[in-house]
Amino acid sequence: MSLVRLSATELLAQLTAGQITSVHLTEAYLGQIKRHDPQVKAFLRVDTQRALDRAAEIDKRRREGRPLGRLAGLPVAIKDLLCTQGEPTTCASRILENFKPPYDATVIARLKAADAVLIGKTNMDEFAMGGSTENSAFQKTANPWDLERIPGGSSGGSAACVAAGMAPMSVGSDTGGSIRQPAGLCGVTGLKPTYGRVSRYGLVAFASSLDQIGPLARTAEDTALLLEVLAGHDPLDSTSVDLPVPKYSATVKQPLKNLRLGLVREHFGEGLDGEVEAAVRQAVAVYESLGATIKDISLPHGKYGVATYYIIAPCEASSNLARYDGVHYGHRTDEKKMAAAIAAQRSTLEAAGKHVEAEALDNPLVRMYRQSRAEGFGPEVKRRIMLGTYALSAGYYDAYYLKALKVRRLIRRDYDQAFGQVDLIAGPVTATTAFKLGEKVDDPLAMYLVDLYTVSANLAGIGGIAFPCGFSEGGLPIGLQLQAPPFEEERLLRAACMFQRATDWHQRWPSMVPA
Amino acid sequence: MTKPYTIIIGLEVHVQLLTRTKLFCRCSTKFGAPPNTQTCQVCIGMPGTLPVMNREAFKLALKTAVALNCEIADFTKWDRKQYYYPDLPKGYQISQYDLPFSHDGWLEIGDPKDRFERKKIGIIRAHLEEDAGKSMHDEVAGQADSRIDLNRAGTPLLEIVSQPDMRSALEAKAYLSELKLLLTYLGVSDCNMQEGSLRVDANINLHVDTPEGKVATPIVEVKNMNSFRAVERAMEYEAGRHYQVWQQTHQRLGDVPKQTRGWDDVANVTRGQRHKEESSDYRYFPDPDLVPVCVSEAQISEARKSLGELPAALRTRLENTHGIKPYDSDVLVSAGRGLVDYFVELAELSGDGKLASNWVQQDVMRTLNEQKIEIDQFRLQPTQLCELLKAIQDGQIDTGRAREVFIEMVASGKSAGEVMEAQGIEKVDESELVELCQELIAANPKIVADIRSGKQQAAGNLIGQAKKKNPNVNPGRLREIVLDLVGKM
Repeated sequence: MSLVRLSATELLAQLTAGQITSVHLTEAYLGQIKRHDPQVKAFLRVDTQRALDRAAEIDKRRREGRPLGRLAGLPVAIKDLLCTQGEPTTCASRILENFKPPYDATVIARLKAADAVLIGKTNMDEFAMGGSTENSAFQKTANPWDLERIPGGSSGGSAACVAAGMAPMSVGSDTGGSIRQPAGLCGVTGLKPTYGRVSRYGLVAFASSLDQIGPLARTAEDTALLLEVLAGHDPLDSTSVDLPVPKYSATVKQPLKNLRLGLVREHFGEGLDGEVEAAVRQAVAVYESLGATIKDISLPHGKYGVATYYIIAPCEASSNLARYDGVHYGHRTDEKKMAAAIAAQRSTLEAAGKHVEAEALDNPLVRMYRQSRAEGFGPEVKRRIMLGTYALSAGYYDAYYLKALKVRRLIRRDYDQAFGQVDLIAGPVTATTAFKLGEKVDDPLAMYLVDLYTVSANLAGIGGIAFPCGFSEGGLPIGLQLQAPPFEEERLLRAACMFQRATDWHQRWPSMVPA
Repeated sequence: MTKPYTIIIGLEVHVQLLTRTKLFCRCSTKFGAPPNTQTCQVCIGMPGTLPVMNREAFKLALKTAVALNCEIADFTKWDRKQYYYPDLPKGYQISQYDLPFSHDGWLEIGDPKDRFERKKIGIIRAHLEEDAGKSMHDEVAGQADSRIDLNRAGTPLLEIVSQPDMRSALEAKAYLSELKLLLTYLGVSDCNMQEGSLRVDANINLHVDTPEGKVATPIVEVKNMNSFRAVERAMEYEAGRHYQVWQQTHQRLGDVPKQTRGWDDVANVTRGQRHKEESSDYRYFPDPDLVPVCVSEAQISEARKSLGELPAALRTRLENTHGIKPYDSDVLVSAGRGLVDYFVELAELSGDGKLASNWVQQDVMRTLNEQKIEIDQFRLQPTQLCELLKAIQDGQIDTGRAREVFIEMVASGKSAGEVMEAQGIEKVDESELVELCQELIAANPKIVADIRSGKQQAAGNLIGQAKKKNPNVNPGRLREIVLDLVGKM
């Protein structure tokens, strides 16, 4: 069997046993990238040489019997919104096209300390705003199962590269579903941890109170391994929680006994695709066969999730993105052209006797701000900055932002009540399988609804996992989502692993991956 | 002269707290480093960076608020104040909006010269925030070159907002002096206005007497005042200007938008600053990167314990224990804790607070000024100075000669006794003095006649002659003897 089809856990065992080298393994993934990424476009940058050098160095240390990190020699792909020191970190935005951070994100530092081989930076929706990766300023990523379809988003590149056998594992971020939704649409396993479980330091912020970094991989076991490296308290992130990190990889194979699984009544209503519903119900039946009891539950405020999310996330985004002003770093408009344009406008107005209008022209600083941002941000980012700026403005704050915070608390309360009755909540990740590239680009509202089943977990701050539970007749993956009470990542992983040991949906590959 | 209006002043004071590092990162706060050398990815607002609160800054802020008699909130949070400016790298300032950590306090002010009655100035709130960077605009040769120094960005600032309780420029100045003194005693800020560690903005308007009662004029905010004296002069100027404007326009509060004016220290006037087209909307909202701060009773009582003796209490103690006047206690306390301690030791050793106070205020403070040193570098210990004071108290030496001895003691480091001996100063016997006086009276009949005809000042001539004969004579006592003897003739 081709190396790229092996799970990270198996690869690690072979590396440790000396059956394969990291260089060999890294070359296998780089080969797959070289052959197929021109079509998939999962990567914004592939760090071929650096990855090979790093792999060789780790191999050498292994030969010499020196101590090695938890992921020694395993390639990992990184969503391009995690800061990597001295390397471009673009957030798939023109405004950061040439930006090289002077520091590593905490999770990058942890991966490096674990001796992972960072293979490249993956494509995403600009600043993580979107659900299809079509909002990238640089390229559109395709779904490896059908190159005419979207991979989901915003961590579309991170999901697609794992699905396409270009990396055994990747790191993404999830603000409203951005790990789980592409994992579901690409047929891989992706986990959004509880808010505070993983440090956000060095994650370029979209919506600070919702953003959370998490792992994507082939299996629950691999996901557990990567989460173990990513998670943990960080003194540089005040919102990271100082709780010990369980040994996820040690317990992941233990099945959960007497599991009580909740099915959310509201998740099986209008809009849910029949094939998706059938696959999800089939998956629930698998759990039943494994001894789980199923309970019908309600999350009554869930229907306000998307509306609440699209107030809170843009408000925070409008503030977080204010720093991209062309002054200190990132894109700045061509100042010579700008000055000439202002002068030309002024003389035209003066010539027409419009002195008041001439006087009211932007001063150069304001024009520089306006123009740099207008050139640097894409349309979806601009839309959300405007939404957020509006909602935080005097006179609207109470009606929008404050009200959204109140609804957010009710959504969390729904979950707290539900978790009094069940251990996990199961349901679909998305209402449909992957849609076609371009299908929803002109309909932002339809695009926002792809987050329907995932945003509530971000608003409540709880963890969730998505993994494949079937395929549509057209051969597209269908995902199952499990959600757990705060800091119960171990429960999510064990439940997913239990399912994967009873099924083989996660072992299917798109045709581009060699047998 | 009573003016036909009341002046209403409220002050907003920004104080840099004396922390080693910035409010949300570990960069140094030291003043004067080359531009942009005390910065890191956090304080220059790099993507992905997060703030972490400096606990020391919060502790200092808490201490100050407690000293200002403020109520301390048990729950406080951080908010983002959003605006665009090149010296604000994140596009927002982390501040506190609707739930400041402290509110509703007061600071008592008084005037040692009794030009106004003692009063409590209300404190609306004191909150913590981060400072912005510094913009330097260089418009030489039309280049309009602006430079940004972010060393200051992120330095902890305490904003103290007073009630509009001050009724004169003098009260405003007194409030600032008292506040600065308090902050200095607390050790929370160096209050150096030149380095920008204390900055003042003022809000002023008038309540004008009219037949229909008091009428409030529009409030003006005055900025750019770089010394307490500037605040005083700016307030005086503004009050006069407001009244003139009132007489011309009869504009009342609310008739026009709030105006901002800058003080021109050279021209001694305020000038209107360019009007913003719309009132600014800072779009405050809670900073999701920081967790709220809960303050416990234990923290508050710890802060209270750390206060030490504050200026107001110290003045009262000096007046009650050492019998000095409010004016003198004010001078001493304002000169700093070190000088107060020096005074107290001297007063206790000599047993004469008034004498000790005079010597500390005049001779010691003058020497410190001349030598540009602090009291802990001063050559004479209280015990050494006390030896001199004792000599005065014993009548061994008069104040004038004691000053000369003092100067020599400071210069040479010798003791009072040594200097006096070297200068041949010793106490002159009473009988010797009487003898000397009788001699002089006999030798100067014309002067004696003058004295007898009521010109007492003529005795000065005799005292001068006596001092020539024996420099050790005490002129005061000599005068008494002369007058006594002449009176008996």
